[in-house]
Amino acid sequence: MAELTFGVFSSLVGSMSLDFSFRLADAAVAKGHKVNIWLSGNAVMMAKKGQKPFKDYSYNEKRMKELIAKGAEVTVCEACAEARGYHKEDTHDGVKRASMDWYLAKTVKTDRLLHIGGE
Amino acid sequence: MAIVKVLFVVQRPPYKSENPRLALTHALASQTAEIYMDDGDAVVPIVVFVGDGVLNAVKNQPAMKLYGVTSTESHIKSSLLIDMPIWVCKEDMQRLGLKEDQMILDSVEMGGELTTKFVSFAEIQKEMEASQHLLFF
Repeated sequence: MAELTFGVFSSLVGSMSLDFSFRLADAAVAKGHKVNIWLSGNAVMMAKKGQKPFKDYSYNEKRMKELIAKGAEVTVCEACAEARGYHKEDTHDGVKRASMDWYLAKTVKTDRLLHIGGE
Repeated sequence: MAIVKVLFVVQRPPYKSENPRLALTHALASQTAEIYMDDGDAVVPIVVFVGDGVLNAVKNQPAMKLYGVTSTESHIKSSLLIDMPIWVCKEDMQRLGLKEDQMILDSVEMGGELTTKFVSFAEIQKEMEASQHLLFF
């Protein structure tokens, strides 16, 4: 089975790219692939605790938790998070925080890198 | 041991979105990525500016004065300083009426030796084919 790394930069609300990323990651995990997800730029808000589901907005928290439980590695860009005013204690359990070099390092070993851009 | 070439393709103009800045900061982060990698592994980044993205490479950006933030120019100069290739698409410069003397050419004042390369889209396409990963910003 392959190792896939998703670099996700889209905002939590306002585009469906983040939903797409998590659905695709879910499908990849279901097929037995190892999945890494890098959340950077506006996508870092995905890893913030306390999101409330509304029918008007997409809600991926449950899917993210399930992915982590199935072995997916989710890492959030620490500088991007801090710049948006959310800190380590606000980050979901199981989500790692790292600097951008984590994502760059993943490019070496991963079989496929899917870069899902921001706005 | 693996050497991986990663091409950062910047299409968005500066300051309108965070994308060009994220491209440059991620590319610069390749310098410290070794802490997560095995001995002998390396990431080789190249940053190319295409489409409206070539506007990122226009010189004399007063971002600190106007917005109180570091300029895209300073990130490009830092990239050149550490010998990270910076390429700008010639056809897109022409489309926007930009001449080479309006662009960031080097980081000599910081001690850098590498200069910006102004290249055709055909050369960029060749580099895309030679890279293991393409990251579009």
